Amino acid sequence: MTILEFEKPIVELEQKIEELKKVSLKGNVDVSEELETLKEKALQLKKEIYGALTPWQKVQIARHPDRPYTLDYIKMMMEDFTELHGDRYFADDQALIGGVARFMGEPVMVIGHQKGLDTKENLKRNFGCANPEGYRKALRLMKLAERFEMPLFCFIDTPGAYPGLGAEERGQAEAIAVNLREMMGIKTRIVVVVIGEGGSGGALGIGVGDQIFMLENSYYSVISPEGCSAILWKDPKKTQDAANALRLTAEDLKKNNLIDDIIAEPLGGGHKNMELMAITLRDNLAESLEQLGKLSIDKLLKERYNKFRKMGVFFEGGITPYGVEKPKEEPNSEDKKKVNNPLPVS
Amino acid sequence: MPLFKKRLIKLSKRSVPDGLWTKCPECKEMFYKKELDDGLKVCSKCGYHFLINSKERIELITDSATFEEHNADLYSGDPLQFKDSKTYPERQKASFLKTGLLDAVVTGVAQINGVKTALAVMDFGFMGGSMGAVVGEKITRMIEHATEKKLPLIIVSSSGGARMQESTLSLMQMAKTCAALERYQKQNHLFISILTHPTTGGTTASFAMLGDIIIAEPGAMIGFAGARVIKQTIAQDLPKDFQSAEFLLEHGFLDLIVSRLDLKKKLSLLLHLFEKK
Repeated sequence: MTILEFEKPIVELEQKIEELKKVSLKGNVDVSEELETLKEKALQLKKEIYGALTPWQKVQIARHPDRPYTLDYIKMMMEDFTELHGDRYFADDQALIGGVARFMGEPVMVIGHQKGLDTKENLKRNFGCANPEGYRKALRLMKLAERFEMPLFCFIDTPGAYPGLGAEERGQAEAIAVNLREMMGIKTRIVVVVIGEGGSGGALGIGVGDQIFMLENSYYSVISPEGCSAILWKDPKKTQDAANALRLTAEDLKKNNLIDDIIAEPLGGGHKNMELMAITLRDNLAESLEQLGKLSIDKLLKERYNKFRKMGVFFEGGITPYGVEKPKEEPNSEDKKKVNNPLPVS
Repeated sequence: MPLFKKRLIKLSKRSVPDGLWTKCPECKEMFYKKELDDGLKVCSKCGYHFLINSKERIELITDSATFEEHNADLYSGDPLQFKDSKTYPERQKASFLKTGLLDAVVTGVAQINGVKTALAVMDFGFMGGSMGAVVGEKITRMIEHATEKKLPLIIVSSSGGARMQESTLSLMQMAKTCAALERYQKQNHLFISILTHPTTGGTTASFAMLGDIIIAEPGAMIGFAGARVIKQTIAQDLPKDFQSAEFLLEHGFLDLIVSRLDLKKKLSLLLHLFEKK
């Protein structure tokens, strides 16, 4: 069990409780009252600490080595899972896996980043950093799901797409770009969940869908706090400042209208009670599929487009934040009027 | 000491009159600035392509006085109140003063040898050509306009990637622009993507790599991850031409490398070949 720095007071208190229990087992003194007080105190402390996590602390929970990964969720939520391998061009990427399974009785396709449980497995899984072949395999499975009208689940959990020589040679950027375009047109329900790390383009490469959720302690960012602090602060130690500035928590993304909802985690994170975590996730996914099932495919795709079409904040006309006045352009032709229409072309 | 240092810098600056002469970073040849401008900022000795801004690029590839700008009044706020050593509005202001632009892309419609074309040209001078919500929105509107009017589309990229100051709001512009391209390309109109130095990160991993035809300028640096990060990750030296246009052509990710001097001619030829009856 890995203990994070800010969890130490909780662990210390829990150790005290264990010691006291041992004393009480010897039967010499009655410590039940004291035990109850301590237990109450521990719960209070947990609520205090886990209830007020800073963005950087959440990033640490999102990266926690004990946290459930894609395969854990598949195992706990689904039956008959059969992993499907390979992109049919180059290799099988074990950092981004996928396959068919039965979810609440219904066949589904599930795709997700997969980290290793130990160093040995992590070398195989590349710490959850996919290469182009991972994104191409994912797309192959999405198209297969489309043909058989299977709903598609995408579980995001990656520090980022792999920055390697081979990845560049084989077109990491192209692989991600093609997925972004193609996922917009996949004619089946897509539910996306950020289960841990949402690392930039590597996350978004399987992140286009009809409903997008984030687990309470996951994060989603354009760059890692480490990378951001090195570039903008020119100091790799300013990770906390960068984590704050990047607005990368589930709450931030909800506030900025970039995700549909936040899925609650057990106190302290999904790894503290994996079963409860899986049940909560399963219920959310089931409800989401049911809601999306009410839409025609046409409507589903239109809404998917509109969801992403609306993302981003900007202004037209008026005074910029740095005081330049830019009057709103008057549409002077039929042409311009349509260009300025914020509604997408259907 | 600091005072002395400051004066030294000032003096040395004064000794070389700014803006008259330019040195080619590749072959070290000195050029009279006017001579370089007349040659489309391409080194006449070694062919090195100097950076050009969006205005120069538009003049270079479109027919004279045919460019009609769209959505010129879009600008970004500071939705995340982002602050590192400077605030986001401070950085925007500095870029505005430098370029006269409100953000890192100029979009519009123009004729290219008589073919009406939708155009988006990124400008590296504005915050390193980074893509925030304004860049994403303007490019998306241009793609939608081209879809509606059945126009061919050209996007010229020159960008450091997604804009950190807008974090996930900028990340999602990748999906937004690609979504619009999905609809555009389904209708079989031609999209030519032109990659100029440098095109990296989230820009490469979205619209830039989706061209039906992808053209790069010679020597342009094009990639996804930064070379420094890759070198650190894999702990080995990278090939000499790594992430150059030539490297990408060799690996099958470009159709053509075209010198700036021939760019308009080549674009016009392609637009005419793919013109719909």
